[in-house]
Amino acid sequence: MASFASTGKIDIKRQTGFGFIAVTCLVSLYLPILVVLIFSFNNAMSIGASWQGFSMRWYVALMRNEGFFNSAILSVAIAIAATIMSTIIGTMAALATTRVKRWRGQSATILAITSPLIVPEIVSAVSLLAFFSFIAQTFGISYGILKIVLAHTSFCIPFVYLPIKARLEGMDVTLENAAADLYADRWKTFRYVTLPLLLPGISSGAALAFIVSFDDFTITQLIAGPGETTLPLFIWSRIRNIVTPELNAMCTALLVVSIAFIVLSFLLTKMKQNQN
Amino acid sequence: MSEIATAQDEQDARRHLLLSSPAIVIMILLGFIPLMIVVAYSFMAPGDYGGVVPKFSFEAYVSLIFQRDMFDDTLTFSSSYLEIYIRTAVFGVATTIFCVLIGFPTAYFMATRPAKQRNLWVLLLTIPFWSNLLVRTIAVMFIIRDEGLINTVLMHLGLIDRPITLLYTNFAILLGLVYSFLPFMVLPIYASLEKFDFRLVEAGFDLYASRFKVLTQIIIPLAKPGIVTGSILVFVPAFGAYVTPLLLGGGSHLMIGDLIALQFGSSRNWPLGSAFSIVLMVFVLLALLFQIRRSGQVKHG
Repeated sequence: MASFASTGKIDIKRQTGFGFIAVTCLVSLYLPILVVLIFSFNNAMSIGASWQGFSMRWYVALMRNEGFFNSAILSVAIAIAATIMSTIIGTMAALATTRVKRWRGQSATILAITSPLIVPEIVSAVSLLAFFSFIAQTFGISYGILKIVLAHTSFCIPFVYLPIKARLEGMDVTLENAAADLYADRWKTFRYVTLPLLLPGISSGAALAFIVSFDDFTITQLIAGPGETTLPLFIWSRIRNIVTPELNAMCTALLVVSIAFIVLSFLLTKMKQNQN
Repeated sequence: MSEIATAQDEQDARRHLLLSSPAIVIMILLGFIPLMIVVAYSFMAPGDYGGVVPKFSFEAYVSLIFQRDMFDDTLTFSSSYLEIYIRTAVFGVATTIFCVLIGFPTAYFMATRPAKQRNLWVLLLTIPFWSNLLVRTIAVMFIIRDEGLINTVLMHLGLIDRPITLLYTNFAILLGLVYSFLPFMVLPIYASLEKFDFRLVEAGFDLYASRFKVLTQIIIPLAKPGIVTGSILVFVPAFGAYVTPLLLGGGSHLMIGDLIALQFGSSRNWPLGSAFSIVLMVFVLLALLFQIRRSGQVKHG
């Protein structure tokens, strides 16, 4: 102990080299993205060119790119539809499986809802492709965009379900019991007590669902029919064709949307923690 | 009294089942049934233009390891797919190991920052966690190609005369996989370390343990649930990776994921693609079982 006292206060938490690894890890996570971002402003004709000065020309070119615009609108529309559906379904399931007396089939239900997280995406993709083509052949139904919305809804559900479940688990039943004591019926208790308390969890889950749907590439690529080009599919189709920094501008645009929703979801989660 | 309670319980149970039924229906309809179709397809014969011919065949599983001779129908052992399974397994395991080696120190460092800084670190890791995988993979491509950042810097430093080929190599794929899934490792480990009681470390030091001993005997065992969760989150998508090897391996260094997509795409052999999918699922489930077993042991021990 004497040696501890003579060196003054030592930091028991310190581990040599960990700070260096952490900073390196963070820098390498952001470096590639930053390079894409910076070079989207490059005033050069070729994507491989060195820095030739700042220019917004590739964003202007993007604004005039009809294919980009259409795919962006399609992506947003699919993401909104999938978000609304998965948020409603996920919230209902979270309410039914959290803070309740155990019911038969409850664990099976939880397993079913979280199963998209353990199935590799490519397997989900081909099985959905097989499923939709089987339905199309057998019943002669073709659904167009609807099949993408349905597929997205299914894999967005766990991303909505889990944050809401976590939020519910941290919630005190006292307020709801108080409402019930004051003769509020079940619906009123839910509408005026549970729902407002749950709202940050629901919104943060919805924001995640939006990103997951908006960003999805693998599943959409396999099930999308001709003309059903979402933004990631559009970018994919251009990787080998575009030789100008317009590709950087596209990637940056996609990233900006995702990051906006990630930060939104993050802030909503923080909000809930401060309330508690 | 108890009868009323039971009736009430039953009513509640019905209500809860009803409330979760849309989720259950969607998961059965778009998760379970499609998977069962794939299982069924793996035992059928391929159609000429994709799809399947509905007649029982074990051919897809045979061609997982054998090649049928076109003329005399003899089976010979084929190493071409085996190579891809091995590559996939090696990449899956290596990615997980590298992610632990980088992710654990990072998570530990984050968890030992003051509360305010911690939030910022978490946000900074959450962003790549959710960011578009395709765009992030394209970004890696920009960095490692011949005229990319790495080669430019190395040439400016005079370390190399001409660009080293990094893109379209095994190294590129491994780098891409680690880069893609690293945040999936850091965040769960951070979550398990966040509430870590540092009095245990203090106690360790009081008993004259070295820093290294404290790390390996106290901190790592207690962070194990986070490490196990992180490993699952990294291993499953790395093992089933599709975009990363396609973009960074340039089509010549495939993994099982690409093989599956190929069979459902241009090769038009859905039964074979289905059989590959089953193989992939079995591997993933085995890995999950293994991990759950191990994390179970921690709880008991």
